[in-house]
Amino acid sequence: MIQVKEVSKYFAKKPVVDNVSVNIQSGKITSFIGPNGAGKSTLLSMVSRLLDADTGEVLLDKSDVRKWKSNDFSKRISILKQSNYMNVRLTIRELVAFGRFPYSKGRLNAEDEKMVDQAIEYMNLGDLEDSYLDELSGGQRQRAFIAMVIAQDTEYILLDEPLNNLDMKHSVQIMKILRKLVEDLGKTVVIVLHDINFASVYSDFIVALKDGRVIKDGPTHEIINSDALKEIYDMDIPIQEMNSCRICVYFNS
Amino acid sequence: MRNSTKMMILIALVLVSIALYLFQGLNGSYDYALPRRGIKVLAMALTGVAIAYSTVIFQTITHNKILTPSVMGLDSLYMLIQTVIYFFFGSMSILVINKNINFAISVIGMIVFALLLYKFLFKAGKRPIYFLLLVGIILGTFMGSITTFLQVLIDPNEFTSLQNKLFASFNNVNGDLVWLALVIITLTVIYGWRSIRELDVLSLGRDNAINLGVDYDKIVKKMLVLSSILIATSTALVGPITFFGLIVANLSYQFFNTFKHSTLIIGASLMSLVALIGGQWIVERIFTFDTTLSVIINFIGGVYFIYLLLKESRTKS
Ligand SMILES: Nc1ncnc2c1ncn2[C@@H]1O[C@H](COP(=O)(O)OP(=O)(O)OP(=O)(O)O)[C@@H](O)[C@H]1O
Ligand SMILES: [Mg+2]
Repeated sequence: MIQVKEVSKYFAKKPVVDNVSVNIQSGKITSFIGPNGAGKSTLLSMVSRLLDADTGEVLLDKSDVRKWKSNDFSKRISILKQSNYMNVRLTIRELVAFGRFPYSKGRLNAEDEKMVDQAIEYMNLGDLEDSYLDELSGGQRQRAFIAMVIAQDTEYILLDEPLNNLDMKHSVQIMKILRKLVEDLGKTVVIVLHDINFASVYSDFIVALKDGRVIKDGPTHEIINSDALKEIYDMDIPIQEMNSCRICVYFNS
Repeated sequence: MRNSTKMMILIALVLVSIALYLFQGLNGSYDYALPRRGIKVLAMALTGVAIAYSTVIFQTITHNKILTPSVMGLDSLYMLIQTVIYFFFGSMSILVINKNINFAISVIGMIVFALLLYKFLFKAGKRPIYFLLLVGIILGTFMGSITTFLQVLIDPNEFTSLQNKLFASFNNVNGDLVWLALVIITLTVIYGWRSIRELDVLSLGRDNAINLGVDYDKIVKKMLVLSSILIATSTALVGPITFFGLIVANLSYQFFNTFKHSTLIIGASLMSLVALIGGQWIVERIFTFDTTLSVIINFIGGVYFIYLLLKESRTKS
């Protein structure tokens, strides 16, 4: 289990994440939502050790993430950042193969190759696997990065706005894959989403952040209602039930 | 062309350069000239490998392909050390005449400086690596100013003799020191080679590297120390030619087009061997010492550097 305990982060003396405590339920999809600049990415970075918390602690299996050995940790939690800049030229397959680094240290065995194949297959990138990343569309590149994280095969998968740049079909496809990873393989997914309808339809729990604080935290059905959304986004958002999905009609509110 | 083929071509070129340098115009002087040439070839090979290796790892940890480790100020420190020695003790002092002592002072001075700098900066908390570079540049400029100041005051005859030490040159390398440098550089390279695959991951950027289980801070520190040891050793051996690393590293990236540091570093090393040994052959036998290799290297390096800058600015915009 991941426990975030009274974590704060300051940039230039200003609290960006302010005394946040949340527990991430294992074997579920938890969505982080909230306005731009709410601190979602910063929080995710602290959970995945990309940033150190200024106060408080993040626990993985009851021990502080900073005390974990780097390599052991990377077999438990993987993160895909919101934007990925690299100054090397890689093919999709080479990138995805890096996902096996925690296990293989760069020398891939048959098992690793199989995981790489599978991840590429999952993301529908088979035809493109030898293309260079800088020759792909934004969405294809995004899928390649997701494939890398899938190849890393961790119990916890943290994704910061993975639907960036994706068309509807691929967005839905990725959310379904995440659902499948949770249901079939018992993974835990933490995902930052801006489209609350994806959060509503696919997640088990929702954590809403605003100005660095958690303002809502609970099972999806408790958060997806007009009152709670008004508090989070300062918008009046009507909600329609369709095929037992709650859809937020925010386009003209 | 496959990368292994390219590597073979480079190896062949290296062998040709070595053969030319060793045997061309030898006139049967196997006892006298050959061993001397051999020592020089070894010195050039060591310098070439040290500079290629340290430049590639330095560029990987700084995520920047137009930097060389000299921005950390080691070259400036070397010049300062030599100038201070000449200024206070003169060209006839034991510190100059005994090359072993001079070498030891230079190497130890540069390594201690680098370690103190890194220790101080890493202790001051997590800072982006650019902060480190900035401090290096400032200290380097500061030392450069002191050096110039002292050189103005120095006796002109002394200054001429000092100048010889401040330009890279393979013409009067000392045999004993080459063997010592061989030991230092070999050990450093072997030690560093164990992290070669982590460097591959590092080129994906800090965040991806941490995600993939690389202890980022540790490896960055380790690589900075390794590259400083290599630069210190080669600079103390032949003088400052760190700029040269920029050329071979970038040629290697272009030529091999891979993320694998094992290939990039070996490729860059072979290229430096060709350039140094072949270049020295041309300087000695064709120009008959009318110019020095470091002048040629700085000229070509400068032109190439401008080309890289133009290319970068075109791809970024
Ligand atoms: N490295 C940094 N230095 C200074 N301020 C930062 C830094 N990183 C983030 N911030 C600030 O922290 C706040 C939260 O940023 P964060 O990236 O966590 O927001 P977010 O919730 O992910 O937003 P978005 O939805 O736009 O991705 C922002 O106001 C941002 O300006
Ligand atoms: Mg964000």
